[in-house]
Amino acid sequence: MTVDVRITDTTLRDGSHAMAHRFTADQVRAVVHALDTAGVQVIEVTHGDGLGGSSFNYGFSAVDDVELVRVAAETAYEARIAVLLLPGLGTVADLRRAHDAGATIARIATHCTEADISVQHFAAARDLGMETVGFLMLSHMSTPEALAAQARIMADAGCQCVYVVDSAGALLPDDTRSRVAALVAELGQDAQVGLHGHQNLCLGVANSLVAYQAGARQIDGTLCALGAGAGNSPTEVLAAVFAKMGVQTGLDVPALLDAAAEVALPFIPRLPWAERNTIVQGYAGVYSSFLLHAERAEKRYGVPAHEILREVGAAGYVGGQEDMIIDIAIRLSTV
Amino acid sequence: MRVPAAIVGPGNIGTDLLVKLLRSDVLDVRYMVGVDPASEGLARARALGVEASAGGVDWLLSRPTPPEIVFEATSAKAHQVNAPRYAEAGIQAVDLTPAAVGPFVCPPVNLPDHLDTPNVNMITCGGQATIPIVRAVADVTPVSYAEIVASIASRSAGPGTRANIDEFTETTAHAIERVGGAARGKAIIILNPADPAMIMRDTVYCAIDPDTDTHAVAESIHRMVKEVQTYVPGYTLRAEPQFDEGRVAVFLEVRGNGDHLPPWAGNLDIMTAAAARVGELLAVSR
Repeated sequence: MTVDVRITDTTLRDGSHAMAHRFTADQVRAVVHALDTAGVQVIEVTHGDGLGGSSFNYGFSAVDDVELVRVAAETAYEARIAVLLLPGLGTVADLRRAHDAGATIARIATHCTEADISVQHFAAARDLGMETVGFLMLSHMSTPEALAAQARIMADAGCQCVYVVDSAGALLPDDTRSRVAALVAELGQDAQVGLHGHQNLCLGVANSLVAYQAGARQIDGTLCALGAGAGNSPTEVLAAVFAKMGVQTGLDVPALLDAAAEVALPFIPRLPWAERNTIVQGYAGVYSSFLLHAERAEKRYGVPAHEILREVGAAGYVGGQEDMIIDIAIRLSTV
Repeated sequence: MRVPAAIVGPGNIGTDLLVKLLRSDVLDVRYMVGVDPASEGLARARALGVEASAGGVDWLLSRPTPPEIVFEATSAKAHQVNAPRYAEAGIQAVDLTPAAVGPFVCPPVNLPDHLDTPNVNMITCGGQATIPIVRAVADVTPVSYAEIVASIASRSAGPGTRANIDEFTETTAHAIERVGGAARGKAIIILNPADPAMIMRDTVYCAIDPDTDTHAVAESIHRMVKEVQTYVPGYTLRAEPQFDEGRVAVFLEVRGNGDHLPPWAGNLDIMTAAAARVGELLAVSR
């Protein structure tokens, strides 16, 4: 089906953060079935931090994510399964295993200034015959021009769509428009542009619309906004809003509303929302997945999570540096 | 008499290593070898009073007094070609590249096992920073799993590291097992572009029995940190080891000595400092 914009649902990947990486095979089966029925073409399934993410630093998975990929691929009739990989954490060997389990789209994520560490992974993904997507994380930390130059590195390495990834939910609509437009201008026909939004400042959906108007053709969402920080742009809201604008997504809005209300909502332990900690993340530009880690450090060391998150923002820590949350908490608890 | 030595590879690593080795009482660095006559590193070496040539390994092996120990700071590919030639000439090689022709060594952990090994490999920067800690824990109690996170300044990651970052994670993970003594190892590397540049940070998590004597583990870690400090003075604990149910977490900072490379590049400094240490211990054992 030809669509104006392709919505990728990442409930089973970004949502994994909000589930403390405890997704079960049954939950994956139910979510994939519901999304597939609603016309979602791409479903991402991985540990929140990507392949190989199961660890002390990020949290251990209840079920190995390659096994969950297998379950998802067996369940889906039409939808294709995507996996996330962060170079420096996941490896080409992990990608091969995910591909063997049925993943056909590789999404390779780097910090927004470090695109060149993804070159070997894009090459490997293309060799495997996978479709490729690149993630420039914490995109708010770079200028549109610098971001476009990094997007070019990914495209030249074999990436078919580069995403502006608002990992901290820190972008305002104008920031989103200028970044997406810069990538569209740089990449032209060489690769598409996407947007991955977060709700820390409640702008995920608004930024997605702006991104579409600036030329983005892939947009991420999750059911019930399940995701890191204050969550992601809700897939069901994106579908409804795009439908109202007359933009074709190929999604069945009533079916997605059912999926959100009847499949996802019942298993979500705590709905993500914009409260003190997550608003600080958006405001200070802090990686959204740090939220639960900061809350754990608050319990362990008796230091308020929002103070830890402010320090993380001031120090300029990037995605993957969850260990520094403990480091900061220890320091704050001893002053 | 000091043992004659050479450095092959006049880049930033080779130059930093040279500055360190020039302070040595047991090694006599006579040669710096490259392949590019325009290399700034060769010029720097000459300025430091070391004979330098772009004539490659051919030139080095034709010296009237060849080195007894060679430090290789080129690339994995180059070292694979050069290693057999050093071996044939009876020159002991300390390999700072990812080639890993010889066994992994970490000075305070397993060097005594390899004093006569013709070729030893320096693992990775993250490995040099964290494997001593894994070993310190494993000396007290079995470590079923060890995981390390190395955070380095973006500017200190060269094109070779960037083009093959999997090599870092896989090599370090193997060495955590083989040298560190963990049953299973995992390594993570993060590049941070903050300005001013971030000093290298390393976190080591070890899975241990919840009933382990935490006091003994902490003591062992402190002893090991002191030992590493003898060759990397800027190697410090950021906090006391943190014990949680079935896990100890150790937070390290590695500040470089600022010899040729800036102090924030602790990842590069710990490689050259460890290599210099290995070279000295090999020389003394002769």
